[in-house]
Amino acid sequence: MTSITLVRRIAARPSIVFEALTTADGVAAWWGPEDLPAILAEVDARVGGAFRIRFPTLDGEEHEALGEYLEVVPPRRLVMSWRWVSGGVEEELDGVSRIEFELRPIDSGVELTVTHADLRNERSAIIHEAGWVGTLARLDRLLEGIPERT
Amino acid sequence: MLNYQPRDLDRVFAALVDPTRRAILARLEQEETLSISALAAPFAIKLPAVMKHLDVLGAAGLITRSKHGRTVDVRLSPARLREAAEWLARYERFWSPALDRLTAQAEAKEVELRRSETSEE
Repeated sequence: MTSITLVRRIAARPSIVFEALTTADGVAAWWGPEDLPAILAEVDARVGGAFRIRFPTLDGEEHEALGEYLEVVPPRRLVMSWRWVSGGVEEELDGVSRIEFELRPIDSGVELTVTHADLRNERSAIIHEAGWVGTLARLDRLLEGIPERT
Repeated sequence: MLNYQPRDLDRVFAALVDPTRRAILARLEQEETLSISALAAPFAIKLPAVMKHLDVLGAAGLITRSKHGRTVDVRLSPARLREAAEWLARYERFWSPALDRLTAQAEAKEVELRRSETSEE
């Protein structure tokens, strides 16, 4: 029941955004909290297909997560499960959460709604916080380079 | 740093789902202390229903109640609300920069694609 939702308007056609969500190259380029390339990205965007990502954080740590695709409706909707993994072993304390991407075509491109739901676990929050410190400064820098953002 | 349990947090969010309970919290934010009957007055629901909402808010740690003679004073307990907001902010810090990168990447690709489309014409 605990969830967060973020909305972004993107000046690109839905198919481009959907491709960035469902290909290994696309995912590797943006997923993760830091402005660092992913170490590994495996994407099998079919219902029942697997998702796996490992990314570094600026503190020198690596974080890995696994997921499974639950709904794949190009270029409109993508739902997947998400759980953290440590040294190849699932972190037992972390429950499985759920990530939903909704793409709605708008005049200027697409409105992307991301919902991260069933975030019951405290540990996820701690891991996030530990890894994500310092992100805000980089975010500012990044925003300066993005021309049209609403 | 994090002295609350996930179940506590679930209780906070469950409590906040209800519009009457949010309205109660909003009123308590304005006026430091209110008796239960004063609190119930603006709502078109019966006192027992208000009491039930207060029980939910109390269990979530969002309000405190104290007895003074025959009246019960209700007071907002903002620490829990703040914790819930901070928790949400942490997840936002995870997603926000990632989505900014996704946006930049997709928009660059759109520009590129449009350019190649026009050059083909």
